[in-house]
Amino acid sequence: MSHQKEWPLWEVFIRSKQGLDHKHVGSLHAADAEMAIQNARDVYTRRMEGVSIWVVESRNIHASNPDESAAFFDPANDKVYRHPTFYEVPAEIKNM
Amino acid sequence: METIVEKSLEEQFEEKIANEIRIEPKDWMPEQYRKTLVRQISQHAHSEIVGMLPEGNWITRAPSLKRKAILLSKVQDEAGHGLYLYSAAETLGTSRDQMINDLHSGKAKYSSIFNYPTLSWADIGAIGWLVDGAAIMNQVPLCRTSYGPYARAMVRVCKEESFHQRQGFEIMMSLCNGAPAQKQMAQEAFNRWWWPTLMMFGPKDEESPNTEQSMRWKIKRFTNDELRQRFVDMMVPQAEFLGLTVPDKDLKWNEAKNGYDFGDVDWEEFWNVVKGNGPCNKDRINARVKAHEEGAWVREAALAHAQKRAQREAADQAK
Repeated sequence: MSHQKEWPLWEVFIRSKQGLDHKHVGSLHAADAEMAIQNARDVYTRRMEGVSIWVVESRNIHASNPDESAAFFDPANDKVYRHPTFYEVPAEIKNM
Repeated sequence: METIVEKSLEEQFEEKIANEIRIEPKDWMPEQYRKTLVRQISQHAHSEIVGMLPEGNWITRAPSLKRKAILLSKVQDEAGHGLYLYSAAETLGTSRDQMINDLHSGKAKYSSIFNYPTLSWADIGAIGWLVDGAAIMNQVPLCRTSYGPYARAMVRVCKEESFHQRQGFEIMMSLCNGAPAQKQMAQEAFNRWWWPTLMMFGPKDEESPNTEQSMRWKIKRFTNDELRQRFVDMMVPQAEFLGLTVPDKDLKWNEAKNGYDFGDVDWEEFWNVVKGNGPCNKDRINARVKAHEEGAWVREAALAHAQKRAQREAADQAK
């Protein structure tokens, strides 16, 4: 028992009101998911900042590598035609 | 032929700093930048945690139910602030256990202000008004500090901190509008806390070895002396409003610099408290160590319970 002393780390996501996404707000330690949700309530929603909480054990999060982000996000770099401003619309045309 | 010049990691880092692009946990960063942040953020977290002790001292003796509820809520906020900051420090690769060990062994420091005792109820007002006021002055620029998780934690802290300062000011105002003995109590607390609060901004610029590099890396945005000056300029009119006398015979308005001239902080006292010889250094650490040790069985039991439940669930699923 004594070899693992620290409680696992959890990432906390909060929906601030109905209709909005859950957003990452920070992390905390807890022994299990139930305690993580209760701790998240006490640490991150003391002033009604949330209506819903998600917790995910940090070790379960997989992330893209920031050192490779230039190459990784490269496919979108040369596709300006994906943006509406790429197209010319005559001044007479309204509502477009 | 086209040659692609690969920028070194260090150049990329410096470029981000120059362009106000925040550094995030998995980005490459100079080892010294990481070390400076771990030191500063953990010290900040420890200050929030130890900061609960002088105020916790008055929770059971607050003069009314309303004051008790407010103080309890404020102390709970300080715990929350400590937790935001510990999490931010952990993104740099240190562990919670490591940080707590460093606090308990005396290797890590915390703000010296919490090594002073809270002798009367007026001290609770003075702490909220002065100490939290100084903390806000330090913390608002940190919302723009170059390390992302630290900046985000500070945004949360700052939102909550202004309630702390206002409740302190309100306590002082009630005392100052009360009986002469109450006013006297407020003045005495003010006298006790004014100078230690000025020390919260840290040593003079010329004696602060870390300031220059921290400013270059945009961890710090203002020097210790700049913030101290701003604080004095902000607080003197508030003290005048309360009818309190600033305990500094050298305090004088200086038209030319559009700010106050003020006396020199007793730096000998400052360094003495930093070195562990303040009135409450030993009490504070002993209280922390005691709480941590007496809570060990709870932490272990919770973990054992979680593991047992996980095993049981796995066994049920295997059926």
